[in-house]
Amino acid sequence: MKKIAIIGAGPAGIEAASILASHDCEVQLFEKSADTLSNITDKAFLFPDFSSAQELANKLNSQLLNDKIKVILNTEIVDIKKDNDDFKIIDRDGKTYVADKVLITTGYNVFDAHRKEELGYGIYKGVITSLDMERMIRHKQITNSIGEEPEKVVFLQCVGSRDEKSGNHYCSKVCCVTAVKQAIEVRKQLPKAQIYVFYMDLRMWGQGFEELYREAQEKYDIRFVRGRISEASATFDSRVQIKSEDTLIGQPLKMTTDLLVLMVGMEPSKGTRTLAENCGIAGPYKFIASEGPHTNDNNTATEGIFVAGTAKRPMSIRDTLTDATAAALEMLK
Amino acid sequence: METSNPYFSPFVLPFVLGAIFLLGICVWKFVRWFKHFDRLQRAIIRKNLLSWKIIPALWEMFREGILHVRIWRKNLMLGYMHSSIALGWFMLILVGFIESHMTPASSHPFWMAIFYRFFITTHQTFPGAQVLTFIMELMLIYVLSGILLAVVKKIYSRILGMKKTTKHILIDRFAKAFLWLIFPLRLLSEVLAASRFQNGGFFTGFLGDLIPPSNEYFLLLSWTLYSCALCGFFVTLPFSRYMHIFSELLLIYFRKMGVREKSERTGYTMYELNACSRCGMCIDNCPLNKELGHNDVQSVYFLRNLRQKKSPIRVADDCLMCQRCASDCPVNIDLMAIRQQERNKHEMDTADNYGYLDTVQPFNAIGRVGYFGGCMSHLTPGVPEAMKAIFEAAGQKYWYMDEDRTMCCGRPLLQQGFNRQAADLRRKLTEMINKSKITMLITSCPICYQSFKKEYKLRIPVIHHTEYIAMLLKTGRIKVRKDDVRTVYHDPCELGRGCGIYKEPREVLKATTHLVKAKQEKEDSLCCGINLGDTLLDIDQQTLIRNAAFQNLMYKHPDQIATACPMCKKAFAHASEFPVKDIAEIVRENLK
Ligand SMILES: Cc1cc2nc3c(=O)[nH]c(=O)nc-3n(C[C@H](O)[C@H](O)[C@H](O)COP(=O)(O)OP(=O)(O)OC[C@H]3O[C@@H](n4cnc5c(N)ncnc54)[C@H](O)[C@@H]3O)c2cc1C
Ligand code: SF4
Ligand code: SF4
Ligand code: SF4
Repeated sequence: MKKIAIIGAGPAGIEAASILASHDCEVQLFEKSADTLSNITDKAFLFPDFSSAQELANKLNSQLLNDKIKVILNTEIVDIKKDNDDFKIIDRDGKTYVADKVLITTGYNVFDAHRKEELGYGIYKGVITSLDMERMIRHKQITNSIGEEPEKVVFLQCVGSRDEKSGNHYCSKVCCVTAVKQAIEVRKQLPKAQIYVFYMDLRMWGQGFEELYREAQEKYDIRFVRGRISEASATFDSRVQIKSEDTLIGQPLKMTTDLLVLMVGMEPSKGTRTLAENCGIAGPYKFIASEGPHTNDNNTATEGIFVAGTAKRPMSIRDTLTDATAAALEMLK
Repeated sequence: METSNPYFSPFVLPFVLGAIFLLGICVWKFVRWFKHFDRLQRAIIRKNLLSWKIIPALWEMFREGILHVRIWRKNLMLGYMHSSIALGWFMLILVGFIESHMTPASSHPFWMAIFYRFFITTHQTFPGAQVLTFIMELMLIYVLSGILLAVVKKIYSRILGMKKTTKHILIDRFAKAFLWLIFPLRLLSEVLAASRFQNGGFFTGFLGDLIPPSNEYFLLLSWTLYSCALCGFFVTLPFSRYMHIFSELLLIYFRKMGVREKSERTGYTMYELNACSRCGMCIDNCPLNKELGHNDVQSVYFLRNLRQKKSPIRVADDCLMCQRCASDCPVNIDLMAIRQQERNKHEMDTADNYGYLDTVQPFNAIGRVGYFGGCMSHLTPGVPEAMKAIFEAAGQKYWYMDEDRTMCCGRPLLQQGFNRQAADLRRKLTEMINKSKITMLITSCPICYQSFKKEYKLRIPVIHHTEYIAMLLKTGRIKVRKDDVRTVYHDPCELGRGCGIYKEPREVLKATTHLVKAKQEKEDSLCCGINLGDTLLDIDQQTLIRNAAFQNLMYKHPDQIATACPMCKKAFAHASEFPVKDIAEIVRENLK
């Protein structure tokens, strides 16, 4: 019976764990937080179908009810060492666990918006991130900096992605459609508000995304402006003034808004970065590098260590689950 | 001739002709450059020509032209090397001159001092003769030891603490070869003379006793070669780096009189260009050399290009204007001003339009201080927000000049050579400041600070916010707690090397947090790389420079970085998740 260690109980880790367990493997699933699926339960509704994030979490968690899966919470893994035919999995307190094969599914963290100070996050109360917005939508409490219902909400795409200054040249892939999703949710809760989305270009790559974008404009009256916001500042009444340029008409533009929502990109999580470095399998931007661009996309340079999900690159939940399935099958070989 | 002058032999001719040539060329050059001084520069010289300023000028000429004190301070071995050759040779000429004139003789031609031991073959008995001989011997050893060090430096520069030395051009190599030959040949000649005439001092006499008395043929040959080496050096000198020997002396003099660089090249610039000894001390610490391997843009090469009348604009433009070389340069050449002259895009029309500034309403701010955040602070809103809170806590009424509209002080344009555009902006902002009647101008951005201080002619004091906060603390207008976060301070180039502000930021930090040291600090601090000086670098190259500066700050494992420049703040904030704060923000957090 194979002994498998999976690091990170997000969608990828859970999906792979349940497949491997149903194929008679003994799985240890490590999670650094007190609970699984931290990057799912902080969302409200999910694109593309506005299904509830909590329901998905419940469903995924139910897959863990299997005696072959041992979920080890509050355990942050910091290193993996090859020890003859085995791997030694080492946690922050130096405790070690043994496995034949390892799957890394340590996922992502969102870009820390403080790093783009010009956008005023952490300085002006009216500036929030997409994660804050998820929470507001979940609690049905979309308010401006003084707790009132906002008249205007502005979303800004590509914060910390596609931005050479912050060192992330890549596209985070999910934020465009997340903005459309959130804008529609805001409209549902605030029928009278003006809603704007500032974008560089909109990447509606998935099934149903383009339709959603069209619906956002036609049915939900959400206005899309092509332009980056260069800076934000506070007005005397605690609103946020933004400076931008509408690059379609070539006009500089100033606008005052109650809420500025920064669509923060995805970066490798701290766990992903640490393991990528310590195991010598780091790729661009310290995501974990897989072996091949087409085949072997779940293998790493170290035989016996596999990778799945957003530890590898930004992806949606559906892609993450597919990828986790592929990884599980690869590990059974 | 021989009968009329016993102190002549044909071998002195190369020396004499060389010396006359050297004198002629130098005078010609110096006069020509002087003619190209601009009106103001000439007026300054006329006014101060014979004032008391001449005394410090002479002192500094001796200190830096002969003793090379600044090089000593930077690097002991290099100081020894440079000063041994300069001071040793100077003393050989001076003492030799005295010696030859004290010698009872029918005439004293000026070359007598140079070839003394050939012409004066007996031990002299005039008072002090032995002392002079002793000094001459000692100085010869001193110079030779310097030459030896120079040879070692050529082979293995690291022994003398230099990683990279200047890549010299042909004329410099010839001149150097002659220079290196002069003193060994002088030693040989004097030793041969000593072996034949027994007229040596403690050193040449000792060596002379070791060999059989030389014949006249060898003796003449050696003295001839010595004279030829001198001639070779003199003839190549005005076209080589050794022109610095005289140019530096005059440069020091003019500088002490109060002459400064202008926005265009003048005759004074020519003195500066020629005063560069190509010592190469500006190479090792240049971030472009250290981090990117750009090895033909450093000040030494930039100046040499200009002297050779070929100045690729790429070289002028590929410079961070971080001033590190300027602080390393022992000649104190105004390297940044010269760089800027070469960047001057003259009348290039950028079709920029600052008309929007005219629509800014004049603001009556009597009784308030002015606060200027600058374009960069608009990208770090935490800094002006902190300043607002500090003004409030101090009960200080203020006018935030550029709160709604970003206004550029003009310096970034100036640095890139858009002088006309920068002047436009300066005119507009000056007008606005004058009309507002503010009593003092406080800036957060060191670039604006340097600009308002040096490029504007404002009638009110201009201070940086770190100076302002230090003042508030001293006078007790604000009170702060001291936390124990280990904080390292990054000296911004424009504030530190640019304006000499090192003390106040540290005072403020010591009052508010636990200040720890960086590896290289103050004048030696490293540029953050993400600046506006060098527009040729791409972000990856800037990042390499930034990373080096970041490592420099991590020396004592601090918990946070403090800086006093919005641009440096952004540079380090992008480096990692490491906390980076402006001093104003730290003070705000600790306000009581
Ligand atoms: C604002 C926002 C909205 C989104 N909305 C949607 C949406 O509507 N629909 C959609 O399809 N996708 C959405 N996504 C994307 C979705 O969140 C990801 O696709 C998904 O979470 C990826 O799952 P994962 O398992 O790869 O990684 P993660 O979900 O990041 O899981 C990684 C897990 O590993 C744990 N871990 C990390 N390091 C260690 C360690 N060293 N030791 C132990 N455990 C560790 C973490 O705690 C975490 O539980 C959104 C993303 C963002 C940013
Ligand atoms: S998905 Fe859209 S918002 Fe996100 S990085 Fe890519 S282009 Fe920018
Ligand atoms: S510029 Fe200054 S430091 Fe550089 S070579 Fe010339 S004299 Fe030396
Ligand atoms: S200013 Fe800085 S970048 Fe420019 S040459 Fe000097 S040391 Fe190098």
